[in-house]
Amino acid sequence: MEHIIKNGIVYDPLNNIDGEQKDICIKDGKIVDSVSADANVTDASGQIIMPGGVDPHTHIAGAKVNVGRMIRPEDSKKDVVGRAPGQRGGSGFSVPSTFMTGYRYAQMGYTTAMEAAMPPLLARHTHEEFHDTPIIDHAAYPLFGNNWFVMQYLKEGDLDKTAAYASWLLRATKGYAIKIVNPAGTEAWAWGGNVHGIDDPAPYFDVTGGEIIKGLAEVNEMLGLPHPIHLHCNDLGHPGNYETTLKSFDIPKGIKANPITGNRDKVLYATHVQFHSYGGTNWRDFVSEAPKIADYVNKNDHIVIDVGQVTLDETTTMTADGPMEYDLHTLNGLKWANCDVELETGSGVVPFIYSGKAPVPSSQWAIGLELFLLVNDPEKICLTTDSPNAGPFTRYPRVMSWLMSNKYREDMIENHVHKWAQKKTSIATIDREYSFFEIAQISRATPAKVLGLSDTKGHLGVGADADIAIYPFNPETQDPSTDYMKLEEALTAASYVFKDGEIVVKDGKVVNIGLPGRCYWVNSIYDEELEKQIVGEVETMFKRYYSVNFANYAVQDEYLPRSTPVDGVIL
Amino acid sequence: MSEIILKPKEQPLVPIEANNVTPDVFAGKTLEEIKNLGIWHGNRQDRLSKFFDIEGESSENPSEIKIIIDGSVPKTKWIGKAMTAGEILVKGDVNMYVGADMKGGKILVEGNAASWPGQDMQGGELTIMGNAGDYVGSAYRGDWRGMSGGLITVHGNVGNEIAEYMLGGKMVIKGNVSIMPGVHMNGGLLIIEGNVVARVGGEMKGGTIVVKGIIDEFLAGFKYLGIERDLNLEGEIIEGAYHKFKGDLATKGASGIVYAAVAGNSHIAPY
Amino acid sequence: MEIVKNVVCPFCGMLCDDIICKVEGDEIVGTLNACRIGHSKFVHAEGAERYKKPLIRKNGELVEVTMEEAIDKAATVLAESKRPLMYGWSCTDCDAQAVGVELAEEAKAIIDNTASVCHGPSVLALQDVGYPICTFGEVKNRADVVVYWGCNPMHAHPRNLSRLVFSRGFFRERGLADRTVIVVDPRKSDSSKLADIHLQLDYDKDYELLDAMRAVLLGNEILYDEVAGIPKETIYEAVDVLKNAKFGVLFFGMGITHSRGKHRNIDTAICLVTDLNDSAKFTLIPMRGHYNVTGFNQVCTWESGYPFCVDFATGSARYNPGETGSNDLLQNKETDGMMVVASDPGAHFPQKALERMAEIPVISIEPHRTPTTEMADIIIPPAIVGMEAEGTAYRMEGVPIRMRKVVDIGLLSDKEILERILTRVKEINASK
Repeated sequence: MEHIIKNGIVYDPLNNIDGEQKDICIKDGKIVDSVSADANVTDASGQIIMPGGVDPHTHIAGAKVNVGRMIRPEDSKKDVVGRAPGQRGGSGFSVPSTFMTGYRYAQMGYTTAMEAAMPPLLARHTHEEFHDTPIIDHAAYPLFGNNWFVMQYLKEGDLDKTAAYASWLLRATKGYAIKIVNPAGTEAWAWGGNVHGIDDPAPYFDVTGGEIIKGLAEVNEMLGLPHPIHLHCNDLGHPGNYETTLKSFDIPKGIKANPITGNRDKVLYATHVQFHSYGGTNWRDFVSEAPKIADYVNKNDHIVIDVGQVTLDETTTMTADGPMEYDLHTLNGLKWANCDVELETGSGVVPFIYSGKAPVPSSQWAIGLELFLLVNDPEKICLTTDSPNAGPFTRYPRVMSWLMSNKYREDMIENHVHKWAQKKTSIATIDREYSFFEIAQISRATPAKVLGLSDTKGHLGVGADADIAIYPFNPETQDPSTDYMKLEEALTAASYVFKDGEIVVKDGKVVNIGLPGRCYWVNSIYDEELEKQIVGEVETMFKRYYSVNFANYAVQDEYLPRSTPVDGVIL
Repeated sequence: MSEIILKPKEQPLVPIEANNVTPDVFAGKTLEEIKNLGIWHGNRQDRLSKFFDIEGESSENPSEIKIIIDGSVPKTKWIGKAMTAGEILVKGDVNMYVGADMKGGKILVEGNAASWPGQDMQGGELTIMGNAGDYVGSAYRGDWRGMSGGLITVHGNVGNEIAEYMLGGKMVIKGNVSIMPGVHMNGGLLIIEGNVVARVGGEMKGGTIVVKGIIDEFLAGFKYLGIERDLNLEGEIIEGAYHKFKGDLATKGASGIVYAAVAGNSHIAPY
Repeated sequence: MEIVKNVVCPFCGMLCDDIICKVEGDEIVGTLNACRIGHSKFVHAEGAERYKKPLIRKNGELVEVTMEEAIDKAATVLAESKRPLMYGWSCTDCDAQAVGVELAEEAKAIIDNTASVCHGPSVLALQDVGYPICTFGEVKNRADVVVYWGCNPMHAHPRNLSRLVFSRGFFRERGLADRTVIVVDPRKSDSSKLADIHLQLDYDKDYELLDAMRAVLLGNEILYDEVAGIPKETIYEAVDVLKNAKFGVLFFGMGITHSRGKHRNIDTAICLVTDLNDSAKFTLIPMRGHYNVTGFNQVCTWESGYPFCVDFATGSARYNPGETGSNDLLQNKETDGMMVVASDPGAHFPQKALERMAEIPVISIEPHRTPTTEMADIIIPPAIVGMEAEGTAYRMEGVPIRMRKVVDIGLLSDKEILERILTRVKEINASK
C-alpha cells in the first residue's frame, strides 16, 4: 500500500525540518523517498504535519489503572461512548476504558504511549489490557525501586547480580525500562511508614533511596538499555521536596550512557517533576522552586524530565508510591485504594479535584508551566500530565495551547485560577511561547529519542514507521498565540492520522483500527551463567515467600500479539 | 399553563424510559413532534405515541407546561429526568428514577414510586403520595456528592438508604423507613415522621435528621447531647421534645445531628 | 500415566497453582497438593452427567443438534430479545469473558456475573469508599494480625489458612505462632476454633459492631455497654489488637456481604481498615468464591468502565446494580431472554427469579447437567477451562495466572463458542 501526503507544513525536529512544505511518501507502513503514481493521495494543504505523538509516561493499562476505573463509576458515567461500526464502546473521563484509550490517543495524533508502572507479579494484567487497547504502540516499565532482590543485591554491593536479575525480570515481564518509584519508601509503606529524602534506609533491607537510584542507574548502563532509569523521586508532593529532587538528579551524573539500541545520551529520566518542585515547609508557606529545578536541568546534560502538568480537572491519582496516596487520602478524605505487592512494590489510587478556585492546585498548574517555559532546551523536557494523575491525557492539546499562547495563560491567570498561581510562582512574569517545532520536540522527538526508539519513532525521515498526524491548523494564516482555542480544537481532533501507513483517524474520528499496537520489550542477557545462578536464587525465594509458583510467573508469549523485542546487551 | 395529557396504553413488561417526558423537552414542540419523540423500550427505540395517547398543547416556555400522565405507569422509568421548570402530574405509580437529576419545577406522583426517586436532585419539588422504594434522594454509585437541593416529600413508607450522601435540600418522609436513612449524609435536612428500623445516620458527617417516630435500634457511634425542645431547623419550628445525638463518630470529623422524639425512644438514650 | 505440574486449580478464588495432575489418556485420575474440593473437581470432570453435544429443547424434550443449529438458535434469542441478560462468567477464562462483553455490546444486552449474588456488595462498597488490599504473599510474609469476618476458610477456601497463615513467612518465621487470628462469626466454626479471639456477634449486627469499633478506634466513647452482643470491654480489647498490628489483614466473606445492610457492612469495614492505617498497617482481601469471578470484574471494567451489571440497551454502557443486576431484572420481569455461561443460577437464584427464567428462552453454555440446564432451551457444552482449555484467571486479590490445559477432549472452548455466536449475531443485526 502506498500513500503520499502532499503540501503539508512539516515539523520534524529530528530531521531539522521546521515548517517546510514537503510531501511525505509511505510504502508498506514505512516512510520512503518516493512512491509510484498509483499511491493514494492525501492533500494536507494549509495543515500541520508532525510525526505521531509519543507519550513517554502515562498510566493506561494494568492493575492500578483498572482499580481507578472500578472504584469510580461516577467518573465513568461522566463520559460514555457507544458502540459504533468497527468500534467498541467504553466509558471514563479520567481513566477511559481500554478501547477508548486507544481511540482517544489516536484522535489527538498520538501513536505511541508507555505505561509507566508495571508491578512484575501483575505484569500479565498490563499485557491483557494492552491487548484490548487498539492502534497505539506501547510498552510498560516494571517497578524495580522497592524490589527485595534489588535491595538485597545492592546491599551486598553486587551490581553484577543486580544486573543479571534485572535483565531476567525485564524478559520475564516483557518490560521495557527500569522504573524506580519512591525508592525504599514503598517498602517502608508495607509496614505503614515512608522514607524521607534519599538517605533514609528501607526497614530491614537497610538500603537508602539514593543507593537504589545509584545502583540501578549503573545497572541500566551495564545492560545497555534503550531508556535511562525512569525515576519518580522520593517525597512526591511534599512542600520543600525540591532539595530531595535536586540531590536525586545529581546521583547518576557522571555515569556514561551506553544504549545498545537507539542513541540517547542521557542517563536519567526524571518524571512528573512538577510534583517534585516545591519549596517551603508546609502548605501555607509553600512556594514554587521550579526555577531552581529548571536551572539544574539547563546546566546539566545527563538528564531529561517530564512535567506532569496539572490540567485543573477532577481526576484520579494512581501511583506505585503507596504512602503518598494514603497521605493524599488523609488530606482530601476521598476513597482510597491500595495494593501492596509481595516482594516487589505497592500502589495507591485516590480521586482528586484540581480546582482552579483552590490555592494549591492553581499553584501546581503554574509550577508545571514554569518548568516547560524555564527549561531552555526542548531536548531535555517531555510533555506529560502523568495521566491521569495531574489530569487526563486528553488534555494534551490544551497544555500545548497554554505553551504556545501567553494570552491564553494570561486569561487563565486573570480569570480562572486562584491568586496563589501568581503569588507563589513566577508564571505571570514569563512570556515565552513555544513554536510548533518545539511542540513537536516535547511531544515527539525528545520522548522518542530518550526512549531509544528514534530510529523508527518521533520523526518523518526515510525508514521511520509511518505514524503521522495532520492537524487542521494553518500556521501561515493562523496565529497560535491569539487563535489558541482553534489550536486546541485542531490538536484534539487531527484531520488525519496514519499508523503504520494506514489511515486510522479522519476528521477527528477513528475510521480504522489497523494492526494491533506493537509491544516493545527489552531483550537483554547479562552474563548467562550468572543469570542461571540468580534464577536459582529467585526460584528458592519463590518457593518460600511468593504466593505463585515460579513456573507460572513469567508472561507467556500468547499475551503479546505484536511482540517487538528491542536489544540490550546480550552477553 | 398549557396542559399536555399522556394517557398510558398498556404498559409492556420490558420497561420504557421516559427521560424525554419533561416540560423542557416538550417546550416549543408541536403535538405531532411530541408524539414522535423517541423513547427507549429495552434495547430499541419506539415513538412516545406507541405507549401513550397524547393530547393537549405545548408552550414555548417549559415553566408554562404541565404534563399529566393520566394513569398508572409502573413500567416507565426516568419521568422528569433533569427537568428545570414546569409541572408533571402522574395519576398512578411510576418505576425507577422519577425526578432524577431534577433542577426545578414540580413533580407529583399520586401512586407509588420504585427506587431512586430524586437521584442527585439539585432543585425543585418531588412529591410522592404513596410509597417509594430504596435510595430516595440518593447519589449515583460511587459519588460522594448526592442530593444538593430541592424538596422531596413521600407520604407513604420508604425502603433503605434514603438520603444517601445527601448534601443539601430537604426530604420529608411521612411514613416508616427501613434501614440506613441518611447513610453517609453530609448536609441537608431529613425529617422522618414515622418509625425507623435501624442505623439512622450511619457514617454521617454532617446534616440533620429528625425522627418523630420510634427508632428500633440505634448506632453506638453517636454521642448523646441531651434533650432539646421545639427545634428550629431551617426556619421551621418542629414541636416536641427530642433526644439529641451527634455523630456518626465512627467517621473522622463527624458533626451530623440526629434528633429522636423522646416519646417512644427512651430505649436508645443512654440515661 | 503422565504427570503434569504447576497446574492451576479451577475451583475457588485461591487459584492454587501448584497442583500436580496424574493423567491417563484424556482423563485426570489423581492430584497432589489440591484440597479435597479442588481434587474432586479435577477427577470428576464428567460430573453427574457431562454433555458433549449441543442440545435444543423441542416439544419439551432435549434433542441433539449440530453446533451450527445451536449457535444460530442462541444468536437468534439474543438478537430478538428486547432486554437480553447474559449471566455467569465466573468459571471461565478472561478471553471468553472479553468476547462476552463484546457480544453484550453487539446484542445490546445486560452482562452480569455471579458477583451479583456473592461479592457484589463488596464491589458497591469499594466504589463508595475504596479498596485497600494486598497480595497473598504480603499476608504470608508480614501479617501478625489476621481477621476472618463472616467466612469459614476451613471449609470454603481450605488452603487459605495453610498457604498464608500456618505457613512461615519472611518476617513471620514461626508461621501461625507469630500471628494473632481473630474470627468474627455468629456461629462456632472449624475456623473459629483456631482463633485467638472469636467475636461471636449477634446475627445481622455486623454494621453495628463495626460502627462501634470505628468510633473506639478514633478515640470516642460508645453509647452502649454492649453492641451486637459483644461487651464494650471486649470491643476495646479487639480494637487494641487491630491498631497495634505491624501488618494486619481482614478477610471477609458471604457472612458479612449478605447479612443485613449488605454493601454497607463492607463499606464500614473498608473504612475501619483505612483508618487503622493511621496507627497500624492494615489491608483487606475479599474471600471470593469462583476461581475467576474476579477476572470477569477486571475484564468488564477495562472494556466497559464498569465491573458487572452493565446495561448496553441504548448502545452505551450504563451501570446501576439494583436495576441492572440479574436478580433485579428477573424478579422485575424486565428481561425477556437469558444466556447463562459457566454458572448455575438454577441452583442459586431465589424462587421469584427462577419463575421468570422458566417463562423466557434460556441458553446455557455449560459442560454438565445442572438445575440451570434443566430449565434451558439451548445447551452448548464447552471444554472446561483449566483442565481441557487454557486461559487467564485472576486470583481473589487480583493476581493473574495462566490456567493450563491438562487434557484434550476435542470440544470447543467457551471463547470459541461465544465467538461463533457473536459472528452470527452480527450477521442477524446487519440484516435487520
